[in-house]
Amino acid sequence: MASHVRAAPPRWRRGEGLRALLWLSPWLTGFTIFFAYPLASTVYFSFHRYDLFTLEFVGLDNYRYLFDDERVWLSARNTLWLVVFMVPAQVVFALALAQLVTRLKAGVGLFRTIFYLPSLVPLVAGTVAFVFLMNPATGPWNQLLALFGVTGPDWFGDPAWAKPSLTLLAMWGVGNLMVIFLAALLDVPRHLYEAAALDGAGPWRQFRSVTLPMISPVLMFSAITGVIYALQYFTQAMIASRVASGATDSAGTSFLPGYPDGALLTLPQHLFQTGFRDWSMGYASVLALMLFATSMVFTLILLRQFRRAEELT
Amino acid sequence: MRPPSHASRPPTLRLVVAGLAALALTACTAGKEAAPALGAQPEPSGSASLPPATLELWHGFSTPAETKAFEDAIAAFTRKFPQIKVTAKKGVQDDQITQAVRSGKAPDVAASFTTDNVAQWCKSGAFQDLAPVIRQDGIDLSVLPAASRSYTEFAGKRCTMPLLADAYGLYYNKDLMQGHEPPKTLSELTELTKKLTVRDADGTIKVAGFIPSFQYYENSPSHLGTMVGAKWYNDDGTSAIGSDPAWKQLLTWQKELVDWYGYDNLEKFRKGLGDEWSAEHPFFKGKVAMILDGEWRNAMIANDPEAKDMDYGTAPLPVADDKPELYGSGFTAGTVIGVPRGAKHPQHAWELVKHLTTDTDSLVTLSNSLRNVPTTKAAMEHPRLVKDANFQTFLDIFAHPGTSTLPANVNSVFNQEAFSAFLVSWEKGAVSDLDAGLKSVDKRIDDKWKLSGG
Repeated sequence: MASHVRAAPPRWRRGEGLRALLWLSPWLTGFTIFFAYPLASTVYFSFHRYDLFTLEFVGLDNYRYLFDDERVWLSARNTLWLVVFMVPAQVVFALALAQLVTRLKAGVGLFRTIFYLPSLVPLVAGTVAFVFLMNPATGPWNQLLALFGVTGPDWFGDPAWAKPSLTLLAMWGVGNLMVIFLAALLDVPRHLYEAAALDGAGPWRQFRSVTLPMISPVLMFSAITGVIYALQYFTQAMIASRVASGATDSAGTSFLPGYPDGALLTLPQHLFQTGFRDWSMGYASVLALMLFATSMVFTLILLRQFRRAEELT
Repeated sequence: MRPPSHASRPPTLRLVVAGLAALALTACTAGKEAAPALGAQPEPSGSASLPPATLELWHGFSTPAETKAFEDAIAAFTRKFPQIKVTAKKGVQDDQITQAVRSGKAPDVAASFTTDNVAQWCKSGAFQDLAPVIRQDGIDLSVLPAASRSYTEFAGKRCTMPLLADAYGLYYNKDLMQGHEPPKTLSELTELTKKLTVRDADGTIKVAGFIPSFQYYENSPSHLGTMVGAKWYNDDGTSAIGSDPAWKQLLTWQKELVDWYGYDNLEKFRKGLGDEWSAEHPFFKGKVAMILDGEWRNAMIANDPEAKDMDYGTAPLPVADDKPELYGSGFTAGTVIGVPRGAKHPQHAWELVKHLTTDTDSLVTLSNSLRNVPTTKAAMEHPRLVKDANFQTFLDIFAHPGTSTLPANVNSVFNQEAFSAFLVSWEKGAVSDLDAGLKSVDKRIDDKWKLSGG
């Protein structure tokens, strides 16, 4: 019977395989140079003591040291905090701003520009400005709060407030994300809202049953990129620590990453410090692999969650 | 039918594979190219018979005044060796030097502001051992103080020389001192701090006598540790922080003073102070009566339009009451210079290093321009060296036999951070058992030491 006849796999003509490889070669070259080779090297170095000049096989010593290194778990906790609190805060705030802009009757261009502008400020400059503005002794932020009888905290100097302060900084700079959400919101067909309204759905119900499902691919994109960004969080934490601590670099002094009290030490900072300040490239490779594995796990979890949510809707 | 020969196949795949293999091999062998080694020739160096060459020198000086002073010193060298041209590159950081050595593009001479990487550079061979040429040229290293010799070598390898040094002492604002003499012991420092501090009724600090926080600008454990003669490492390279009672003595004294201010009050005051390198420095502004600082602050005060008229004095740091013999000593470190592995003209490079680090005229000129401490005894005693009483204090501290440094260690940065992290917890009151806390610092340092192959 014809249905039992399995179609023969297409036969490749001579030279087709090579031609395919030729077309794939730009990607293969890039993948090999920028991903496969560095990844293989990282795995290789993770079993070695490597100070950038000399290489010595040490077996699992670098992996064992993970359990002696207090700072790695501290930095992992801080990074996890950013993933769990900062990323949702950014997404929710950007979505709220985008919703606000879509509902404005006048001055849309002005507000869109105002909300977007902070994302154009260079990371270092924005962070330094935030730390100065939130300085507990001289910053205008706390002086403003004092007018209302509120004693402002030591934002970047108190371990309990340092990460929330960075979250505020991250929320201030969500302009790019807001523009993406804005485009997604404007792309939702209006008749869906009209139909929902006719069925008696209020604004919240419309948001839950129309807006969220329609923009879910954008939400997934923002969540995944946000998580990856949080896992690589480096510049703002490093700058905020350095500026808030008033650290100096003269002889016999050393900047303490993660000030205050390790609260702003992220995993990428610890990795950088280990590799490029302590010259422990072997152990830094272990940290890099740990970060890579964590990124993969988070990405897979998010993909699965969004897929499940899509199936439910 | 004749099977297709390899030669007739499209070469793309093989080219790609060959290219990747070449790239991998290049990456693997980068920096391993054999370069002339220092001290290979039997003849003593120093003769004008060296062939013409152009040297590349990397250094960290960046301001116009610093750069000019350094270039003047180099010009004196090229007058001595007209056949040698020197191209200087300013504002170079240690990371750049290390990467250049790795990639086989090392400069002939490299200078660093920090001593933190000396141990790694010596251990890994990134910088060449200068001992053979020092012996060839009959240079007597005893002209350098022991501390300077210590921070420029590691495990018997002398891979750098001290260029200029920093020494640390006490600065005091005479107007704020209310006629008191600078303190000589920690008890006197405590007493004077309490007398000179001005506070509001709610505890807000207006003027601090002395800021005891380890987080304040130059108050690092290495700088303050000299006041009690504290030791960083045991002879076997392990941490001595938990076992040397001097650290406990320092921390106990420091915490009592922090608690007298109130940690929160002190932190609020500290965070409201101006930048250390700006005209807003609290010492310039009369907000602190006594500070620990390096000799360079003299030049900064002299160059500041407002602070230059300040009536201030300098003195050695006060010391533990039970160790009066330490008075007069302090902490020192400084700029180091050496010949990296892969230098194209190592012998020429050594001549330049030798000139900059041992030539008295050159050191005096550099010191007068940069206002750092010259490293040799001859330069310190030279009549052309510009010095007033305030600068002389630091020359005396540098020359004091008890003056110490942070010994070179392959984990120098890590160890300082491990201790500093503990000190932050300590001064805020988060440590209940000091002994156990110091032992935990030992463990962190020793675990890392073991990982590094110590």
